[in-house]
Amino acid sequence: MIDVINVSKTFGEHEVLKNINVRFDKGKTNLIIGQSGSGKTVLMKCLVGLFPIDSGTINFDGRSFSTISYEEKKKIRQEIGMLFQGGALFDSMNVEENVIFPLSMFTDMSINEKIDRANFCLKRVNLENVNKLFPSELSGGMKKRVAIARAISANPKYLFCDEPNSGLDPATSIVIDNLISEITQEYQITTVINTHDMNSVIEIGDKIAFIYKGNLWWEGDKNSILNTDNKEINDFVYATELTRRIKGK
Amino acid sequence: MKILSEVGKYLILMKEVFHKPEKASIYKKQLLLEMDNLGLDSLGIVAIISVFMGAVVTIQMAFNVDSPLIPLYTIGFATRKSVILEFSPTIVSLILAGKVGSRIASEIGTMRVTEQIDALEIMGINTASFLILPKIVACVLMYPFIILISMFLALAGGWLSGVLTGLVASSDYVYGLQYQFKMFDITYALIKTVVFAFLTASVSGHYGYFTSGGALEVGRSSTKAVVNSSIMIILFNLILTQLLLA
Ligand SMILES: Nc1ncnc2c1ncn2[C@@H]1O[C@H](COP(=O)(O)OP(=O)(O)OP(=O)(O)O)[C@@H](O)[C@H]1O
Ligand SMILES: [Mg+2]
Repeated sequence: MIDVINVSKTFGEHEVLKNINVRFDKGKTNLIIGQSGSGKTVLMKCLVGLFPIDSGTINFDGRSFSTISYEEKKKIRQEIGMLFQGGALFDSMNVEENVIFPLSMFTDMSINEKIDRANFCLKRVNLENVNKLFPSELSGGMKKRVAIARAISANPKYLFCDEPNSGLDPATSIVIDNLISEITQEYQITTVINTHDMNSVIEIGDKIAFIYKGNLWWEGDKNSILNTDNKEINDFVYATELTRRIKGK
Repeated sequence: MKILSEVGKYLILMKEVFHKPEKASIYKKQLLLEMDNLGLDSLGIVAIISVFMGAVVTIQMAFNVDSPLIPLYTIGFATRKSVILEFSPTIVSLILAGKVGSRIASEIGTMRVTEQIDALEIMGINTASFLILPKIVACVLMYPFIILISMFLALAGGWLSGVLTGLVASSDYVYGLQYQFKMFDITYALIKTVVFAFLTASVSGHYGYFTSGGALEVGRSSTKAVVNSSIMIILFNLILTQLLLA
């Protein structure tokens, strides 16, 4: 469980996050949705401590980055898996080395155990026989999937995914959504996902936080989002002709 | 003011860099890789430059001692002095600052702008140490060998040019090389070399690590890395020469 309490973040003059309060539950896929530029990525980077926050607190099951020692912080970090919006694969390493990197760094697994684990994770993101390719030899969507495999390889307790299915076709998107949702329940992970994919919202949105102009504008889940009369969220959800048509029926 | 804050940032970064590596096996692998990338990879260019510079230095000396009062072995002697004291440690280090420095800065800078450093960071890795320390250690270990090879090749190049052009007899040149040889000259050169290696790797690591923005900034960092490493080498050359030879 992650508690976000009164968190604000400003870049120079630009107030990106304004006093955000939200709780992300364990064993659930928690979605952060909002328009492009609304501050989703910034919020996620604040959560994992890549951006220092101006005020407020973020608690990982009661442990706050701001009050604990460097060693404890490192320990929490080792429980975190994160998928970056751009993938952020290590381009000096091939696919397999990328996926086993967290294992090599923090476990004493043998090389065969690590490779087994890598193959298992790669299979779950629908990738096979690409172990020896380098990131520069992969398509955009393949990079994304390798990055997901790397994020989950060390069995994280907290999983952060910044736009896991941007750049993926609808079918692969669903595979990824289902994978994240399954492992979240199976291993009781606290999962936080940034997305503006309406399909993900409706399929896996156990909890949904809508960010609008830096504010937490609305909270709910995949059922309540379709029936709310909040204007901004309706503008967001029913932005496309397709969704409007579905609603009309 | 800007220089002071830059130096402050550099010193704080160095404090981060000198931490015990989290995992010895990974560190060893990184170190070997960097020794190959930064050290062995530079041998070719160093070899070519050294042979030709040695050749030119010898010819210059020969033309300048063209007097019956000065013995011919002076040519070998003077070539040896200039190669060992300045050419190999300083000039070759400057050339390496261009090659090694830009490589370090652009590699780390690219990792920064593509969020690879962030990815390491959130795994709980001390990224400054993980990325920069192996490069510094690799340079400090490899540079002395490279410089020794450079000295040897420059002196050999000098011999070749002197003998082939007939400006100096082989025996005179070799006698000059040995004449009043002081081991301390080599020690002095290697001390300088180690300092220059450290400066190049750490200054370039600094500029790479603090890159922000995109591809354009990676290019800028890499230029800054080369320029500032070179300035530091020149500056420390003066300081060390004063300290060690005075
Ligand atoms: N490092 C930074 N420095 C200054 N401003 C930033 C920085 N990162 C983000 N911003 C600003 O914060 C705002 C929110 O950006 P953010 O990346 O969080 O958007 P987002 O919701 O993730 O959008 P998208 O869906 O397009 O990924 C933007 O206006 C952006 O300009
Ligand atoms: Mg984003």
